[in-house]
Amino acid sequence: MNAIDWITQVLEVVVAVAAAPAFLGWLNQCRAWLQNRRAPSLWLPYRNLHKLFHKEAVIAASASPLFRIAPYVVFGTMVVAAAIIPSMSTRLPLVGSADAIALVGLFAAARMFMTLAAMDVGTAFGTLGARREMMVGFLAEPALLMVIFVASQISSSTALPVITDHLASGHLGLSPGLAFSAVAFILVLLAENARIPVDNPATHLELTMIHEAMLLEYSARHLALMEWAAQLKLFNYACIGFALFLPWGVARAHIGPMGLAVAIPALAIKLAVAGAALALIETVSAKMRVMRIPEFLATAFLFAVLGLLVHVLLKA
Amino acid sequence: MHRLVHPVAAPFPMLLIGCVGLLLGWTVIGLAGLVRPRSVVLAGRLLFPLGALLGLALALLAGASLLGGGIERLILPIGLPNLPMHLRLDPLSSIFLLLLGASSFGISLFAGGYFRVGEGTAPGLLCLQYHLFLAAMGLVLIADDAYSFLVAWEVMALASYFLVTTQHRIAEIRRAGFIYLLMAHVGAICLLLCFGVLQGGSWHFTFHAMRSAHLSLGWATVAFALALLGFGAKAGLVPLHVWLPEAHPAAPSPVSALMSGVMLKTAVYGMLRVGLDLLGRPVWWWGLAPLILGLFTIVYGVLFAAVQTDMKRLLAYSSVENIGMVFTGIGLTIVFAGSGLKVFAALALLATLYHCLNHAFMKSLLFLGTGSVLHATGERNLGRLGGLIHRMPWVAWLTLIGTLAIAGLPPLNGFVSEWLLLQSFLFTGHLPHAFVNLLIPMAMALVVLGAALAGYVMVKFYGVIFLGQPREAALARAQDCGWLERIGLTWLALGCVALGLFPLQVIRALGAVTQQLVGAVVPQSSSHWWLLAPVPERSVSYAPLVFLTATLAVVLMTVLAVRLAYRQRERRGPAWDCGAGNLTARMQDTAEGFGQPIRHLFQPFFQIERELPEPTDRAPRYRVVVRERIWRLMYEPISGAVEGLANTAARLQQGRISVYLLYSFLTLLVLLAVALIR
Amino acid sequence: MTHLPLYQQLLDSCAALLLLLSFAMLSQRRVVALVNLYAVQGAVLAATTLLLAWRTGEDHLYVSAALTLALKVMLLPWLLHRLIRRLQVHRDTEPLLNVSGIMLVGLVIVVFAFSLAQPITRLASTATRSAIGIALAVVLLAFLMMITRRKAVSQVMGFLSMENGVLFGAMSASYGMPMIVELGIALDVLVAVLVLGVFFFQIRERFDSLDLHHLESLKEHQ
Repeated sequence: MNAIDWITQVLEVVVAVAAAPAFLGWLNQCRAWLQNRRAPSLWLPYRNLHKLFHKEAVIAASASPLFRIAPYVVFGTMVVAAAIIPSMSTRLPLVGSADAIALVGLFAAARMFMTLAAMDVGTAFGTLGARREMMVGFLAEPALLMVIFVASQISSSTALPVITDHLASGHLGLSPGLAFSAVAFILVLLAENARIPVDNPATHLELTMIHEAMLLEYSARHLALMEWAAQLKLFNYACIGFALFLPWGVARAHIGPMGLAVAIPALAIKLAVAGAALALIETVSAKMRVMRIPEFLATAFLFAVLGLLVHVLLKA
Repeated sequence: MHRLVHPVAAPFPMLLIGCVGLLLGWTVIGLAGLVRPRSVVLAGRLLFPLGALLGLALALLAGASLLGGGIERLILPIGLPNLPMHLRLDPLSSIFLLLLGASSFGISLFAGGYFRVGEGTAPGLLCLQYHLFLAAMGLVLIADDAYSFLVAWEVMALASYFLVTTQHRIAEIRRAGFIYLLMAHVGAICLLLCFGVLQGGSWHFTFHAMRSAHLSLGWATVAFALALLGFGAKAGLVPLHVWLPEAHPAAPSPVSALMSGVMLKTAVYGMLRVGLDLLGRPVWWWGLAPLILGLFTIVYGVLFAAVQTDMKRLLAYSSVENIGMVFTGIGLTIVFAGSGLKVFAALALLATLYHCLNHAFMKSLLFLGTGSVLHATGERNLGRLGGLIHRMPWVAWLTLIGTLAIAGLPPLNGFVSEWLLLQSFLFTGHLPHAFVNLLIPMAMALVVLGAALAGYVMVKFYGVIFLGQPREAALARAQDCGWLERIGLTWLALGCVALGLFPLQVIRALGAVTQQLVGAVVPQSSSHWWLLAPVPERSVSYAPLVFLTATLAVVLMTVLAVRLAYRQRERRGPAWDCGAGNLTARMQDTAEGFGQPIRHLFQPFFQIERELPEPTDRAPRYRVVVRERIWRLMYEPISGAVEGLANTAARLQQGRISVYLLYSFLTLLVLLAVALIR
Repeated sequence: MTHLPLYQQLLDSCAALLLLLSFAMLSQRRVVALVNLYAVQGAVLAATTLLLAWRTGEDHLYVSAALTLALKVMLLPWLLHRLIRRLQVHRDTEPLLNVSGIMLVGLVIVVFAFSLAQPITRLASTATRSAIGIALAVVLLAFLMMITRRKAVSQVMGFLSMENGVLFGAMSASYGMPMIVELGIALDVLVAVLVLGVFFFQIRERFDSLDLHHLESLKEHQ
């Protein structure tokens, strides 16, 4: 481990934290264009965060300390997650301490704190949101894990950088198992980030909302942190997708420090395309009923399992 | 078929004698409780803490033995003539003794503050039962012949039966106790038969003789199946788990903690002892039975946990799920060991043992937490709790650690064992059996599904009890627990954290056990003391300390940054009520409501009875009861058959003494005839 | 990791894609989407045939690929779309079992199909030997789809998808069937769709619905 690796590590985290709101802004812009609306500014999420940080926080009388700790914990876990996903380089010093299973565990921890905080105030909305979030989580989490396992079977490692390194080295070409897991991953990404077929980020209608219901009691800086964490989560998921399915352009061990010069533009292009693609998916699909969501996620989960199965079968 | 490596026995069994002394000490403490059976002060303030100290000493002794890695033997001339008691302390016993000692330290301290006057059995008597229970579990772990093993096993079952029925005036609790006793005995019969098979015609019932017995494949398989049934019934493997959700809510909380945290593990110990030690090298397909049963148990247990409304029943089903994890690990170990993949077997065994340790700490912690809640509120029903984090901060925050741990979140301990189990699953591609390779992805999917559902269950458990607003007015008077209970809870919580943060040290200590049972240790490819990297040919690693430090650093930096950059204005206000006003605590989601998605999605699993109120009802009550189908599908036919058989046999009962004498006479004649023919 | 040649990897990917599409059809409720998925499946099949033709240099495989493309990607989907528009069935009713359940059964079927194909796979020496299991799975999954749907149109989709599986299996086992057989099958399928189309109209005229459970009333009552 040398200095350049540490610099890359810090750079990666800083870029993730800084660019996450812009990625959401870009997604919203694309969506607006596709729906023939005038697009909001790319910087709107930043302004929103800034505004929220300035406001006076109102905390419900029945809230416990857990309610105030949760935003910091959720934000912190998302930042650490950004540190261990190889979005730019596969030579990251922190990565040895947590592999992909730990990454999924990290997301689970964030979810757990968020749902507990939502239940803390004791309103109907909070508990309803928490329940629905856990309903999404208990299927999405194993699905994500199975998706990662397909890739880790191929590269015989559960460490994301090693997987990316192996997949990007190219002598593998196409892998049938990955096709299945890619489909599963997209479904999981939509569900986990409260995107359209599963949840509508723009609605506050109690019949349908999941993520927003949990945040109803939050205000000011706590809300800002929660929203920022959600944007980071979307960014992280996109980067996991790149690491597993589009590993090209990432700076690898034998490419050296100059690789970063390629990696940063590559990441920007991938994010731009991914944002547009997500906007397209969200535009052409309609929000589904809440009790259809488990079916949607079960499909994702089974696709991921199938991916693993196909990989094992074709290898035999 | 024999183990090649025989660690040299120590010349003088010092540690083993120490262990025996401690077990005797527990018995003496228990008897001392009878001096003044009504005195809470004697039992609670003196005897239970003393017992806790003995537990700690036992843990230290066991730890020393584990690090030494040697085997100590002792023959005590107790019992029937020519049937002395064989005792043995080896790494496998040591790890489970460590588990018993360390978790009983916390539980006994808690129990000292917990038991009060007027709860069924007198405190002194309870003290005797409790310490006998502990001593019997210890004896099970060091017994080296079938005779003393079974005696200890039965003492354990009986002592725990009396503890379960502490409040014997309640009919429901007596019924729970009866089911427990019944299942315990069904299991014990299987074990008796199992040892009968294992002696292999030598008619020596020491474990040493069993190791050197040559069993044919058929008989070895029978012995394995009997052991799986016997120990499975004790451990709570589905479909033999039915006593667990009945007995755990009935027992006082420290007893539930002891039963769930430790007693279930003695069954795991037995399974490992028979499956991997006494039977020699196992056949690989034996492993499929515990593997498949374990997977089924995981899903079954966690689904039922998700729909419970009684907090202790919920935890009982969660124990069923965790036992499923453990048996999955055992199955995988056997598959690997039987296929000759020693290092992989060691990894799977490591995951199994680690999960046993973890579960002992986290489940005890949670059960004790519910005990405190029960004492403070008198309520086990989740629907009447809520908001206790404000009134009982100690219990709430310590229980939170257990909750996060059992949900398998890094960097706590539950995650480590799940991580190890998943890593060992990822290896199975190396197995030489194509069909098993196909089943493995599905098995892995079930394990991760179970782990994720455990998170669901735990959010429900914690959120409904401790968070939100109190659902009943009486909860406002709840008191936090006393200092002895706090120490007990803190000890267990610390255990969860330590097991989570220092996996490498634990794994090193467990090396002796894997060496003993499967003849390999998990190699450590990293030279750093903080980095867990068990598999050299795969670059996988996990470093919880770094992980925790990084997360804490980021969280602190965020707090500081927000503090410095923005003014911290803040006020308290009422919760958002959608402008409707009049928000009451009854509008929160109930435990039934929280379990609704699971109930809806997995409907075929459950037998659901619903009571819906009329639309015009002035005081509407919604009630839903979820039962297990297994009662109707399996147990009712069996009990019906048994009853029918008993009724047939009852015809023999004539009530006249001469008829009974005739029976004896006929029996005698038949026996004599048989003797004559032979 | 084994280093398979490129064409082998492509073939494996095509096979996996076929299976993926089968599962997608299994989980799809909308009839229009079903037809589109069928067209994509046809395209993948055509691509596979082309790949094999290029690899083996057998001329009749080129013809077969062209035939597949014309029939299964263009003609049949067009016919079916027209049929759906005229019959105005856009959405199947709830399948007999929920989608997750069907998928789970499908998963078991895949494992079963592969275990079944294992011995055959060992014997086969052709380049596509790993694909036999997949072909079998596609056939069985299509069968499953036919069993679990209520609407006649979806059942026909299942039937057509099954034929895809058979064709793929034939190609995997022996680089395609003799030309004449293949032509015959293609004609059969075409005629079947035309006949079934007429049949649909008849059913609808009779029962005002395409829901097949109405046919249950045709049985003789005792």
